[in-house]
Amino acid sequence: MIKNAMTKLGLTLAVALTTLAPAALASSGGGKLPAANTRPDNIASVQRGAKLFFNYCVGCHSLQFMRYSRIGEDLGLTEEQVMGNLNFTGAKYGETIVSSMPAADAERWFGKAPPDLSLEARSKGPDWIYNYLKSFYVDHSRPLGWNNTVFPGASMPNVLWEMQGVQHAKMSAAHDGGEAHVEGLELKTPGTQTAAQFDETVRDLTAFLQYVGEPAALQRTKLGAWVVLYLAFFTFLAWLLKKEYWKDVH
Amino acid sequence: MQNRINAAVAGLQDWFNYRAKAFGPMYRKHMSEYWAPKNFNIWYYFGSLALVVLVNQILTGIFLTMHFKPSAAEFAPGISQAFASVELTIMRDVEWGWLIRYMHSTGASAFFIVVYLHMFRGLLYGSAQKPRELVWLLGMLIYLVLMAEAFMGYVLPWGQMSFWGAKVIISLFGAIPMIGDSLVEWIMGDYLPADATLNRFFALHVIALPLVLLLLVVLHLAALHEVGSNNPEGVDIKKVKDASGKPLDGIAFHPYYTVKDLFGVGFFLTICAFVLFFEPTFAGWFLEHDNFVAANKLVTPEHIKPVWYYTPYYAMLRVVPDKLLGVLVMFGAIIVLFFVPWLDRSPVKSYRYRGWISKIALALFALSFIWLGKIGAGPGTDPIETVIGRVLTFIYFAFFITMPIWSKIDSTKPVPERVPAHD
Repeated sequence: MIKNAMTKLGLTLAVALTTLAPAALASSGGGKLPAANTRPDNIASVQRGAKLFFNYCVGCHSLQFMRYSRIGEDLGLTEEQVMGNLNFTGAKYGETIVSSMPAADAERWFGKAPPDLSLEARSKGPDWIYNYLKSFYVDHSRPLGWNNTVFPGASMPNVLWEMQGVQHAKMSAAHDGGEAHVEGLELKTPGTQTAAQFDETVRDLTAFLQYVGEPAALQRTKLGAWVVLYLAFFTFLAWLLKKEYWKDVH
Repeated sequence: MQNRINAAVAGLQDWFNYRAKAFGPMYRKHMSEYWAPKNFNIWYYFGSLALVVLVNQILTGIFLTMHFKPSAAEFAPGISQAFASVELTIMRDVEWGWLIRYMHSTGASAFFIVVYLHMFRGLLYGSAQKPRELVWLLGMLIYLVLMAEAFMGYVLPWGQMSFWGAKVIISLFGAIPMIGDSLVEWIMGDYLPADATLNRFFALHVIALPLVLLLLVVLHLAALHEVGSNNPEGVDIKKVKDASGKPLDGIAFHPYYTVKDLFGVGFFLTICAFVLFFEPTFAGWFLEHDNFVAANKLVTPEHIKPVWYYTPYYAMLRVVPDKLLGVLVMFGAIIVLFFVPWLDRSPVKSYRYRGWISKIALALFALSFIWLGKIGAGPGTDPIETVIGRVLTFIYFAFFITMPIWSKIDSTKPVPERVPAHD
């Protein structure tokens, strides 16, 4: 009977927790974006992403918390490969990745200095980056002629347009009081890649930023399995020890 | 050979005991002859687990201190030295720095999980009742200091949530009439959270508050060992003793509970390791997404909210319309906990021997705390949620304020003389 009451209380708490927890998680996420399905443990994908980053992004965006040497070590590239293919600023191998664009000019050209992307995948998440990069469309009301459905009013132009092609917005009819809004995007001018190929391109780039966000992640998950196994075994031994000691307690 | 070893050990013991006469009796009092009830259940693991987490926080904290720079000075445009020392030095450059940092950040949340469960255990089994009032009061002081400690630690990485969280929480003191504004300035040492704030919070976080915390933990245990542990039955095991004065339902803390707690620690560490290695941010609950952005006093984040362990109180602050009243309600919600030993008028300790009123009251209280936590973690823009939050705040306070009545009139079952068996 005593145990019953305890079980009931435990059950009540468990039910309360399980019903509240998902709601809490959902409320913190905001609008759900389609999944990026990146594979940051796929070194080839991250390598391709690195190449894309240094060809298209590093002109404006820095990775202040990432060293060239670390990229070499983690992605299995030699110093020559990194310095020849990825480093265009003349920085030393051990230095962090700083865009060569002067900050003052950046602010003048874009209205806002392009943010450092070291931790972009940690603050915004890979899904956001993936969808943001795919959601540019032509908007002549913007200073650089581009707008974005994931981040409306973004200062950045679509630097990947050659590959993606040019998207235009399908606007809804402006009904009384409400303004017209973007209903969807359609590809008017095709790019050098098919939609499926471009998805892979953006996925690689996102995977690279995900790697950059936490370079230790690969080491972390690899080590984690062993630590958990060790602790589980330790716990089992401790349980046996406890049982042995408690034999004489009745 | 064996004889010589035994003689050497005995000799060393004599040498030590002669010079530290009080050590033997102290060891017996707190370990090998501390008689703990034999029927501790799962709720009784959380005290020793809190101690394990405290040790973890201190050890990992020492190593973090070696690499952390408590400075808001610029490292690069828009990035402070403090932020860079966490995200570049510790997370990337220092060997195993990421592991130490995650142990510290996961430990912070784990600390509150075990402390909240430990406190709930106290309510469940009437552990605050006479003669354990002092144990409860010291425990509450630990909780209070722990909240200050965690808040200041959260400010140190100098991310967006560090900065804006600090600004919001410190500005609460501004609600105090007359002295409020100057008090806020005095706490921050500036007009906004700034380098001076970061420096003093660092000093308080790494030395002042941990010292207070350690002292309080020693006192909490000393006070407990004076009166002995309660148990899930709420039976006083000291009433039935054998000829030598040992309670019949008591067993020696060492080795019985040291080996049992060792198992608990193993189980707990396995879960912690799972979080640490596979989901260290715990989906943004242990390390928040916005705190991966360097502090920027010109950009206010969309939702400013504290870490999960403060959100029940933060929800109360938000649902109360008046700022000063909100602050009073929020601090009152913590202060009222101190009075539990005198609010609880039940003739029995454990809920196992109390009636349905107590059980429903306790369940409602737990529900209000968790639900308020959920509301406090949200954006706080839903007007219906505000109404729900007010009802829950009312339930939270009603639980304590009406406790002298319902705990007294509730039916009880007779408490046995002895504990039935160990769980």
